[in-house]
Amino acid sequence: MSNVKKFMYINNKAPYGTIYAWESLEVVLIGAAFDQDVSLMFTGDGVYQLMKGQDTKEVGIKNFSPTYAALGDYDINKIYVEKESLDARGLTVDDLMHLVWEDEDEDWAEKDSIKVVTSAELAEILDQQDVVLSF
Amino acid sequence: MSILHTVNKSPLDRTTLKSCLNLAVKGASVLLIEDGVYGAVSGAESTQMVQDAMGDVAVYVLGPDLKARGVDESRLIDGVKVVDYDGFVDLTTDNDTVSAWV
Amino acid sequence: MKFGIQVNEGPYTHEASVTAINFIKSAVAKGHEVFRVFFYHDGVNNGTRYATPPQDDINIQQTWSDLAKEHNIDLVICVAAAQRRGLADDGEQERNKLDGNNIMDGFRISGLGQLIEAGIECDRLVVFGD
Repeated sequence: MSNVKKFMYINNKAPYGTIYAWESLEVVLIGAAFDQDVSLMFTGDGVYQLMKGQDTKEVGIKNFSPTYAALGDYDINKIYVEKESLDARGLTVDDLMHLVWEDEDEDWAEKDSIKVVTSAELAEILDQQDVVLSF
Repeated sequence: MSILHTVNKSPLDRTTLKSCLNLAVKGASVLLIEDGVYGAVSGAESTQMVQDAMGDVAVYVLGPDLKARGVDESRLIDGVKVVDYDGFVDLTTDNDTVSAWV
Repeated sequence: MKFGIQVNEGPYTHEASVTAINFIKSAVAKGHEVFRVFFYHDGVNNGTRYATPPQDDINIQQTWSDLAKEHNIDLVICVAAAQRRGLADDGEQERNKLDGNNIMDGFRISGLGQLIEAGIECDRLVVFGD
């Protein structure tokens, strides 16, 4: 058996109202050091985690949204967002942060990390995982 | 590959059961635990959604959580299978992956 | 089979701890190995030593401790989550110059890598949360 497993992080909760979004991002960052095949999926209110323009100054808690932009540097570039969840919230991909990664095999060409997929496509992706972490 | 989904929220309170059923491939198993067991009852707003999914996925419910909440098995949607904690363990080993909808 | 377990919720407030305990009892009774339980988010509160619940209620923290001893289960509390929530062992007490520690026998505090490692090492990872 190969020692590289497919890890999927399910992000199904909105940020700030509860700590789950931030603490699960901390796991993703630590997990990146283990050289596993990592994907993230954002469904339900989880899509709100990726909204542009988050500003927590007046609330006084940490704004962790800039951290998502660093994921590309950790070779985490499979970020799946469920189309139906965006639709249900009146959002499009343009409302989300622009997350990119640099493809070493194509002379460091900058590519989009976020892939908007349908439920049916995401179901197939989820079915292929070895380890599913939910927070 | 086969996958077991667990859902622990009432479908009348939260949308995790709906999210889970949308993302369950044909042949997947769904186990309702904790407050998720309310998703297994017939005659509720959520019943049709669960019945529609049952053509493609197998739905299980954790018996001890049903009993704790006073939900008699006679109230369950036809075809929903009741398991105990041993059955829960067996579902995790019979499938390749476990995905929790928390 | 070899199991890894993740517990995301505190004891008593949420059923997740008890569901995980019942699952683990069944798993070990069936001859499976539970390699590690990783406590995250408010789940770190499963490992406090000073809980004194009423006699007619389950003592969740003690139950974990007994389970770990009986079945050689590694109970790991996430250090980052523990620091936020005021849970400390000897090492954390010394490092952060605290006036005491409050970790239950059988638990240890370590990094998030322990969760990823459980995902890699175990045949199944099962998450109990909110």
